[in-house]
Amino acid sequence: MLIKQQESIKSSEITSESIYRQRRTFMKAAIGASTVMASSNLLALTDYGLDEDQLKYPGPNWLQKKLQDSFIDPKYQAKDKLTPFKDVTTYNNFYEFGTSKDQPAENAQDFQTDPWIVEVTGAVGKPGKYHLEDFVKPHRLQERIYRLRCVEGWSMVIPWVGIPLAEIIKQFEPTSKAKYVEFTTLHDPEQMPGQNAAFGTLDWPYVEGLRMDEAMNPLAFLATGLYGQALPPQNGAPLRLVVPWKYGFKNIKSIVKIRFTETMPINTWYKTNPREYGFYANVNPDVDHPRWSQATERRLPGKLLFPNRIKTLPFNGYAEEVAHLYKGMDLTKWY
Amino acid sequence: MVLSTKVKNRLMWWSIFLVSLGPFAWLFAQALLDNLGADPAKTLVIELGVWAINFLWITLAITPLRKFLNWKWLIKYRRMMGLYSFFYTMLHLLAFATFIVGWDLQILVIEITERPYAIVGFIALVLLLPLAVTSTKSMQKRLKKHWLTLHKLVYPIAGLALLHVVWQIRSDYGDALAYAVILAWLLGYRLYKKGKTIKKLAAPAK
Repeated sequence: MLIKQQESIKSSEITSESIYRQRRTFMKAAIGASTVMASSNLLALTDYGLDEDQLKYPGPNWLQKKLQDSFIDPKYQAKDKLTPFKDVTTYNNFYEFGTSKDQPAENAQDFQTDPWIVEVTGAVGKPGKYHLEDFVKPHRLQERIYRLRCVEGWSMVIPWVGIPLAEIIKQFEPTSKAKYVEFTTLHDPEQMPGQNAAFGTLDWPYVEGLRMDEAMNPLAFLATGLYGQALPPQNGAPLRLVVPWKYGFKNIKSIVKIRFTETMPINTWYKTNPREYGFYANVNPDVDHPRWSQATERRLPGKLLFPNRIKTLPFNGYAEEVAHLYKGMDLTKWY
Repeated sequence: MVLSTKVKNRLMWWSIFLVSLGPFAWLFAQALLDNLGADPAKTLVIELGVWAINFLWITLAITPLRKFLNWKWLIKYRRMMGLYSFFYTMLHLLAFATFIVGWDLQILVIEITERPYAIVGFIALVLLLPLAVTSTKSMQKRLKKHWLTLHKLVYPIAGLALLHVVWQIRSDYGDALAYAVILAWLLGYRLYKKGKTIKKLAAPAK
């Protein structure tokens, strides 16, 4: 029995990924060779070489269709080795479903994510409550491989599927008063046991925010899936922010509200401990967390005898794309 | 009859010894099976630390439990529980240095000297050393009354261990609170007893 278990882990982690990689290489070549990419369904992402028991997040019908029609965005493909699907979906910080890493995968499986309403409010031309389906409909989903660096000092590499945040924002026509975007997670203690936790310091619902120019940066992304599937609930289904140059906690999950404001949003971790967590939370090896160093990170999955410790890069390696946003700012002050 | 009590005692000793070794055996097996999740290093370090503290609290609980339950024999296991706390504490540091830091001495020194939570943890570990060394019966005899004074170090050690936990709280303080409440009770019990003894001693003078 023990041997069997070990085998199943290995085959899913190694085989699936090599197939995944091969396919990507093939598809990238296809993209390079062809300019009809946008109209070609041949590039649909369907086969990820995952084991059958891992293909358990098909998502609602409308999303399945969108996923089938998604394309690989060649500009945003981190070269790093992918973190296996199993680790991406069983090692999560999603305190709404429990504070330990394995609890979200345990507690979120029955989380209802369809139908899903997103409320758009504030300084915006087209406010309203949108069905996620309508929200996503005008856009073709794309796949991007991003590094994810957690403020706790570990990191992963994840193939997301989703839409550039700027495309979404444009469709709501923000006004000149929109200086910041604020995101809010669902508040539903019945479904999210962590929101009932007796001994926690976080205020619910979870809130995060971006400055408008950060939100409009091409790297900012709204994910509706990963590894070619619908976003698993423990990863923030059905809609989550992905801002890879910032620490993981900025990547707010299960978004129900997007508000455009003139003032800087008070994000949850900042509110609970402003000395340790800022609004910007850009990955920065030179500014330590008061309680631990941010100079290095451990790339997961870890192996006991090979700690896999690597140097953390400014802006998580995305300095070229985003460093200009912070020109002239003292990043030790605006951490 | 005498023999059977002896056998019973032996059996008891071995049972407690093996059960206390259980967390280590379980973690070791999970590590070998690669069953500790995406971040096995952290899981291992945290679990070993939790058991170090659990055994420290158990050690401190022996005296009051012995009185409450009237289980006189419990006292025989106080040394073993203390040594298990020492054992898990050492493994906790060893696992941290090996699996998280990879024996990168520069990082190790920075971690242990610059992070307040690590500093107090390390001091607690260092203070445990003389207690472990002097835990034998012969040392107890040699040190005489100083032995008791020396082993009162267990109280500041417990305080430092609790601080080590508290200073790592990010949002969830449930576990830390539970440890704090239990420790408060364990220490409060001793203060209460001490107060009573002093009163008793003072009484005849009236």
